Amino acid sequence: MEKFLKPVEHAVAAEKFISDEARTNWHDETLWFVRAKRDKIVHKLPEWESLRELGSQIKNHALSNLDTYLLAFEKNAQANGVKVHWAADAKEHNEIILEIARKNNVKKIVKSKSMLTEECHLNPFLISKGIEVVDTDLGERIVQFRNEPPSHIVLPAIHLKKQDVSDTFHEHLHTEKGNNDPQYLTEAARQHLRNKFIEADLSITGVNFAVAETGGFVVCTNEGNADMGAHAAKIHIACMGFEKIIPKAEHLSVFLRLLTRSATGQPITTYSSHFHRPRKGQEMHIVIVDNGRSKQLGREDFRNSLKCIRCAACFNTCPVYRRSGGHSYHNATAGPIGSILNPNINMRENADLPFASTLCGSCTNVCPVKINIHEQLWKWRQVLTEEGYASSGKTAGMKGMAFVLSYPKVFRFAGKAGRWIIRMFPGLVNNTLNPWYKQREMPVAPKHSFRDWYIKNKKA
Amino acid sequence: MKKVSLFIPCYVDQFYPNIAVATYELLQKLGCEVDYPLNQTCCGQPLANSGFNGMTSACNKNFTENFKDADYVVCPSGSCALHIKEHLHDDANPAAAERIRNRVYELTEFLTDILKVKQLNVSFPHKVGMHISCHGQRGLHLSSMTELVSPEFSKPEQLLNMVKGLELSYPKRKDECCGFGGTFCVFEEAVSVKMGKDRLTEHEENNIEYITGGDVSCLMHLEGILRRQKSPVKIIHIAEILNS
Amino acid sequence: MSSREDILKAISQNKPALVESPAMPVYPDSDQTSVLEQFIQTAELIGSKVIQLKDWQEIILEFENAKANGKFVVNTISEIGTPDVSIDEMSSSVDLEKIDLSFVRGQLGVAENSAIWVDDSNLPNRLLPFICQHLVLVVEAKTLVATMHQAYEKINTFKTGWGAFIAGPSKTADIEQSLVIGAHGARSLVIYILS
Repeated sequence: MEKFLKPVEHAVAAEKFISDEARTNWHDETLWFVRAKRDKIVHKLPEWESLRELGSQIKNHALSNLDTYLLAFEKNAQANGVKVHWAADAKEHNEIILEIARKNNVKKIVKSKSMLTEECHLNPFLISKGIEVVDTDLGERIVQFRNEPPSHIVLPAIHLKKQDVSDTFHEHLHTEKGNNDPQYLTEAARQHLRNKFIEADLSITGVNFAVAETGGFVVCTNEGNADMGAHAAKIHIACMGFEKIIPKAEHLSVFLRLLTRSATGQPITTYSSHFHRPRKGQEMHIVIVDNGRSKQLGREDFRNSLKCIRCAACFNTCPVYRRSGGHSYHNATAGPIGSILNPNINMRENADLPFASTLCGSCTNVCPVKINIHEQLWKWRQVLTEEGYASSGKTAGMKGMAFVLSYPKVFRFAGKAGRWIIRMFPGLVNNTLNPWYKQREMPVAPKHSFRDWYIKNKKA
Repeated sequence: MKKVSLFIPCYVDQFYPNIAVATYELLQKLGCEVDYPLNQTCCGQPLANSGFNGMTSACNKNFTENFKDADYVVCPSGSCALHIKEHLHDDANPAAAERIRNRVYELTEFLTDILKVKQLNVSFPHKVGMHISCHGQRGLHLSSMTELVSPEFSKPEQLLNMVKGLELSYPKRKDECCGFGGTFCVFEEAVSVKMGKDRLTEHEENNIEYITGGDVSCLMHLEGILRRQKSPVKIIHIAEILNS
Repeated sequence: MSSREDILKAISQNKPALVESPAMPVYPDSDQTSVLEQFIQTAELIGSKVIQLKDWQEIILEFENAKANGKFVVNTISEIGTPDVSIDEMSSSVDLEKIDLSFVRGQLGVAENSAIWVDDSNLPNRLLPFICQHLVLVVEAKTLVATMHQAYEKINTFKTGWGAFIAGPSKTADIEQSLVIGAHGARSLVIYILS
């Protein structure tokens, strides 16, 4: 269901998205508003930049000692009565969950937001095995009804207008036709999902932070859906990419201060839930997933992308994301961070993503753990080209350009020819095949280059 | 007297010689000895940003050859200056490349940080909108960035404040990218143009006559859209204002 | 078990050289008056209602009033009255869903975000503060701290089996970024601060 069959290249999908300009403006402004809220709250903290540095250093340390911390986490979690599972890839992750469900005769599952389970396409897998999975985050429930993937990791339904939600809820929850009041629609979802929470046999949550020294983990939500699910069902499975590990509980103070300020401009999420031991009569499981992460850890230029705490600040600030929408990135995690994570998982399918950026660097500046996102985008471009993922036409063009730029005489000749062509035959260059000219005029070609002028005027 | 070697980006040489002339004259007026190495071509950024940094070695070699003896390499475009600062390497002469990397300056930072210009005897009585270039700002730190919690400053603004009669304004989103992005402007044409149009809309809300900036590539992109829209707003490079 | 070994092996081969763990800076606590002020301001900003009290009397009255109005009220605080024994960790969610209002003690409040720490030791059932329609949290003014750093210094958040920082009523903005209070958890949060 959420699996993209064949990715459409970002540029193509983006052009389609932009064809509805009013909606694009709305999307852009709505996300810019979130960026502005982030700015407002972080500018109130004089220690913000040192906090980012601290968060970054803790994560750097954790990544450099990850195996030790994972073992400590496992040991402590097991001592707390939590069952720990390890999954090499998406398939194994999904099968572990299926096995737990089958063993307990589970028919109904509620799931709070977990980008990892999106990455593993867990929902379609479980549904194909006859198990009901209900996403309980409001935004995720909306897109689930619509058979769409989330378009943003924090605001999954940000690509939709309230009228879209109204239509979807009218169809699935029989709300009043045309009533698009967010309060009314949220109340309808509350009633619908309360029943799902109560009926569920098993609850799946993500993990925001896993603490090595305690074997506990923290899940953050504003809606309370993770807690409603986890405390109501008799089984709780928490799924985590292995990079979620932090060494100590005291480090949580740094990340909880950074996370929501960056994500939504709130000082903290409504609920920051610290799970340590299952309650009486409950089973608690943790699935630790690799799925390409150990490979990324080995890529020196890209490993620090694993510091990501999934706040999506880089989405909100990205001028390209805001004007192309999450679906144009054809992956569970879109935006700038998705563009440096996804090529690691599948280079061929994601070779377009590192180019879906102007390298403006705003993503790097808002990142609460100081991931050098725009530099990694640049580096991925080099890797993709070296690995042969550039089109032959582009490669040939670049070879030609490299030749011209390497030889001053050739360059000057080409320059003269180029200017001459532009001056004399605007129709020849200014055609619709030239993407520059589609919505922009070509520069007016001068008679002389600066070099010509310089030679003529220097001694004068 | 400071000896400056002018680094004029390829497309400025070819399409915007007036900006290069203004840069040249301005530096001379401010007492520099200015030289233009005649065999320069390009910094290689269009290749590198497209993922073909591996093809830039001959281009880099040529650049190094042209600028190896320069005291100061000054460029009226932040993006190209940044590319040299970050990526110029020459296997045949690594020391020369390193020397250049440490001596390359974008024009406005050269004026404020090296020449320490305190006054300019120029006037430009117009309403001007400032376009901040991402590479100049976030790459070369020519001005403070809205994302960071840090004191406010701007080297280009500091200079424009010395121009008599000039009324400076910023768009609402002060430092959002214009969408040029090198080859992004053609490979992601739709997003690129939309970003540019949005920048222009915000500038136009300030009733400006000119848009200025320190990066010719951004200005070329914005000019292309303005001219297609038949807008009366004009583009002017900061060197042209400071040299007016 | 083989995936476990494979993953750990891949990590140990691919991880970078050990980077030192940074020292945690000491964040000075502010004076109690400004901490209290900031706490109240932040709490109100995110949709909580704050009431400052000198003693338990007024809370007891509120509790009695709610009960007299026929509401299903659950008390978990001994100062208010004998804690409700009808709710325990085996209570079914179907029963808990009927609760209108519950009174829970918070161990500590954080001024920078108005979050209040609650754990298993304060609750007969973990679901209680989420599933009730309305929530009352009672904290003592002397437990308020300035930031999350002091909060983690003061309390062991992993002492019991489960605990949470709760900041405000349940909320969502998933529909066109319009803020709606009362997503899945409590629709309102009243914070009593005892001086």
